[in-house]
Amino acid sequence: MTLTSSEAFITVAVMALGTLLTRMLPFILFPDSKQAPAYINYLGKVLPYPVMGLLVVYCLKNVSLVQSPYGIPEAIAILCVVLLHLWKNNTLLSIGAGTVVYMLLVQKVF
Amino acid sequence: MERQIKAFKAAFPHTIPVMTGYLFLGIAFGILLTSKGYHFVWAVAMSIFIYAGSMQFVGAELLASAFNPLNAFMITLMVNARHLFYGLSMLVKFRGTGKYKPYLIFGLTDETYSLLCSCDIPDNVDKNQFMFFIAFLNHIYWVVASAAGALLGSMFTFSTEGIDFVMTALFTVIFINQWKSRKNHVPALTGLAASVMCLLLFGPENFIIPSMVLIIAALTIFRKSVEKGEE
Repeated sequence: MTLTSSEAFITVAVMALGTLLTRMLPFILFPDSKQAPAYINYLGKVLPYPVMGLLVVYCLKNVSLVQSPYGIPEAIAILCVVLLHLWKNNTLLSIGAGTVVYMLLVQKVF
Repeated sequence: MERQIKAFKAAFPHTIPVMTGYLFLGIAFGILLTSKGYHFVWAVAMSIFIYAGSMQFVGAELLASAFNPLNAFMITLMVNARHLFYGLSMLVKFRGTGKYKPYLIFGLTDETYSLLCSCDIPDNVDKNQFMFFIAFLNHIYWVVASAAGALLGSMFTFSTEGIDFVMTALFTVIFINQWKSRKNHVPALTGLAASVMCLLLFGPENFIIPSMVLIIAALTIFRKSVEKGEE
């Protein structure tokens, strides 16, 4: 544990509250009596797509391209995930195999 | 009681794919968190009270860095911002769910949301109880799997270095699924381009908020063509 128990407790509580807030807010802003504007509906429909790209980049944010191993394990593992998923279209297989490949690469190869 | 059993029986089969996914990811989360030196009780508590897959993986990283609750709160809002839109599209569906409503809102994960959107509720089954069991069963899978992973993680001593890649793989797979489900790729490309650009400009610690702003701006500017592209 990096944090003390009370620091960890506060961090977990803050994450629980933040998560609840994101799930509750629409119901607070648009109670049963009110209709959401068209612009909000549009964003609601379309935002999941860019958010997923953002999350992929977020996962890779600390990968350095100028320092060894130059992001090579990440590039290989992601390529595996993409190819396997386009080939077999099996979510669990793609995630599982990609993760195993990455773990082998960072533990045994690089 | 009989009505509840009926709703349970109708809901359970729909949750089987999610059970499979949550077992795998929940175990991975449990292992990841214990690999950071946290007791399995922490994994269980996080899965009960936070109950957000991707956020908990990010949370494991936050718990392994310096104490910064404001940062943790902001990251939670950013990572979970998409839930805002799940809520928006459930406004109508959750109307009249009465005492179940608070829990249904609390349990609105990516997977529960997609099940609630996609499955047809049989006419002879109580709609509220059906939705409750979808949410509740998923929650149970997640908590049980996290506990199992955390226990396995502390029993075995094999190296778990790199297991956090499971999150990258998950988002990559969802990204591909979404890509295939749409004709217009402007939103997906906007997300990648804006995030990479902001990462290079603002650095790894500060790029999420500018990315979100840029994404919203781009989606607003390109609204006409995005909406037209999906006709």
